[in-house]
Amino acid sequence: MATDYVIAKQVSKHFGHQQVLNQIDLTLPAGMIYGLIGPSGAGKTTLIKSILGMEAVDSGTVKVMDTVMPNRAVMAQVGYMAQSDALYETLTARENLTLFGQLMSVPKIKLAQMIDYAAGLVDLTSQLDKRVSGYSGGMKRRLSLAIALIQDPQLLILDEPTVGIDPELRQQIWTELNKLKDTGKSMLVTTHVMDEAERCDYLMLIRHGIALAEGTPAALKQQYAVDTIEQVFLKAGRMQDANDGNR
Amino acid sequence: MRTMAIVRRVFKQMLRDKRTLALMFLAPLLIMTLMYFLFQNNTTQVASLGVHHVDQSVVNVIDTKNVTIHHYDSSQARKMIKQHDLDGYLTQKNGQLTITYSNSNPTNTSLIKASLQSGLVKLKMKTLVTVTKKQRAALESQQAALKKLTAAQTQATVTKLKTAIAQAQARGDQATAEKLQKQLKQATATTSSSTQSAKATSYTTKSHYIYGSSDSTFFESFLPAFLGFFVFFFVFLISGVSLLNERTTGTLSRLLATPIRRSEIIMGYLIGYGGFAIIQTVLTVVFTITVFKIHLVGSIWLVFLTNLLLALVALTLGIFISTFTNSEFQMIQFIPLIVVPQIFFAGLVPVDGMASWLQAIAHIMPLYYGANALTAVVTKGAGLGDIGVNLLILVGFMVVLTMLNIVGMKRYRKV
Ligand SMILES: Nc1ncnc2c1ncn2[C@@H]1O[C@H](COP(=O)(O)OP(=O)(O)OP(=O)(O)O)[C@@H](O)[C@H]1O
Ligand SMILES: [Mg+2]
Repeated sequence: MATDYVIAKQVSKHFGHQQVLNQIDLTLPAGMIYGLIGPSGAGKTTLIKSILGMEAVDSGTVKVMDTVMPNRAVMAQVGYMAQSDALYETLTARENLTLFGQLMSVPKIKLAQMIDYAAGLVDLTSQLDKRVSGYSGGMKRRLSLAIALIQDPQLLILDEPTVGIDPELRQQIWTELNKLKDTGKSMLVTTHVMDEAERCDYLMLIRHGIALAEGTPAALKQQYAVDTIEQVFLKAGRMQDANDGNR
Repeated sequence: MRTMAIVRRVFKQMLRDKRTLALMFLAPLLIMTLMYFLFQNNTTQVASLGVHHVDQSVVNVIDTKNVTIHHYDSSQARKMIKQHDLDGYLTQKNGQLTITYSNSNPTNTSLIKASLQSGLVKLKMKTLVTVTKKQRAALESQQAALKKLTAAQTQATVTKLKTAIAQAQARGDQATAEKLQKQLKQATATTSSSTQSAKATSYTTKSHYIYGSSDSTFFESFLPAFLGFFVFFFVFLISGVSLLNERTTGTLSRLLATPIRRSEIIMGYLIGYGGFAIIQTVLTVVFTITVFKIHLVGSIWLVFLTNLLLALVALTLGIFISTFTNSEFQMIQFIPLIVVPQIFFAGLVPVDGMASWLQAIAHIMPLYYGANALTAVVTKGAGLGDIGVNLLILVGFMVVLTMLNIVGMKRYRKV
């Protein structure tokens, strides 16, 4: 049985003259929280979209669930949360969840139960029948996360899932993500929050489209001889700039 | 299944957007009503026409409720118009009528023009009627003679056959008797059918005199084109803007991160907004027919069908155009470019009379085909066979645009 949910090999991509992804390799096995960190504009979102097959790559291959991407059917096994909320504002949260549940082929009898589960996870149960136009930013973020969870997927791809969510709820969500991981699910998460990066099982630091460093948080700290991931982030960046200057 | 999820979403969103609903359903009624009264008003305006030495028969037919006649004793049209503040002056020399328009008010000019023209047509018709009446009398007497003749002939055959049957029966020849019986039946049948067709001919002779187009108003003749235009315009705008919103809010690419087919999204749109287009059409058509008492010659179902096809073309066109825009404002910019020119080719200006390059343009406009079909159905009672080609062309537009839309969505997902 193949246990790697995502295998990306030598993925490159450019927009105009800008090389946004430069020969990135990424392997995500089952039961792991994989963190993507890197400065703004590094190419994290582009990498995620390339993995999902929503962005055409220049070269390299991506396999999700042993299927070469892009592939339509595999999408049902992936829960995706985009960086910007894409919600139908005139519909209620329940209607949004129902729509995406139906698109993800959640069986009719299971749908209500899944809506309750996903909404409970992000603490939106009492607000389900409110229109999304009346939601706060954090509430919309949570609804987007609930939508990613609606079909109980094996693989979750979350682009900055906790932006705008208060510390208490963030804590709760990470506990849930860890629980999901224990059931064999995997997550690919981007984040700018360093204490979240510390919670990941494995990290990749992307800068200017290049995978600068990767490894477990502990290994990375050791490699750069620093105490925190934040310092890894900064040190790796300085070293890259110094190298570029030398050339 | 996924298509229906999209359809349900479209319906829910539309039903919650009360303003758009009102725009789609009430605005056409409002504009129709406005147009009705605007063009109705023309007929209550009265133009004054001075006449000098014109045959009474001509004056009688021109003298309508829109034109008042004043008799004068001068042939100097210019002077008389200025002196008496007339809209026109009509003089006659032998068979030659000369009309001078003041033309300070174009509406009054056209009123006089119209009643003069229709009056002269009426006169012509009257002479025609007298002639045809005579012809009909002759025809009828011929028919009567013919009928007598056929009757006599059948009578003879029938008697002959009857005696033959009696003879056969007397001989005990059952087979021949039956055969003859059949012939007898046929003979009588031919008589009745020939009398029927004779009756039908005399009817058609009558229907030649019917003349009614002089009463139809501007409103009535352009109503079908406007019915098509409203559906086209509103569906184009609403579907275009709503797909644009899906694009700008990111929901479109979010939808494509599910296993949905690109064609399922487009189909969902077609069914969802097509449903509202049907409601709009039914509402507008029923409203104009019942409130304005518009006479619909053809089938109302054909009107619905044509409008539905037109709406689907507008829908796919709106979605197509929206891929070239980044905001609602840019979508509005396409209206004078894409939608407004279509109305010129919808029958407001006769296409046959246009320059050939303009005619070529007309033939790439969906509304040209839609409005033509609608006008034919409403005013001439055209059937499915008559407008079939137009409808097929509309289907063609729709299919091509749908394909383009499905391919265009590849931008957001490669499969
Ligand atoms: N559609 C696009 N067209 C042109 N350039 C793009 C496009 N999308 C992204 N880019 C460029 O690619 C680079 C990487 O963008 P990306 O969204 O992947 O960054 P990111 O790492 O997700 O940043 P952030 O943390 O701010 O979300 C940026 O420099 C951006 O300007
Ligand atoms: Mg990003």
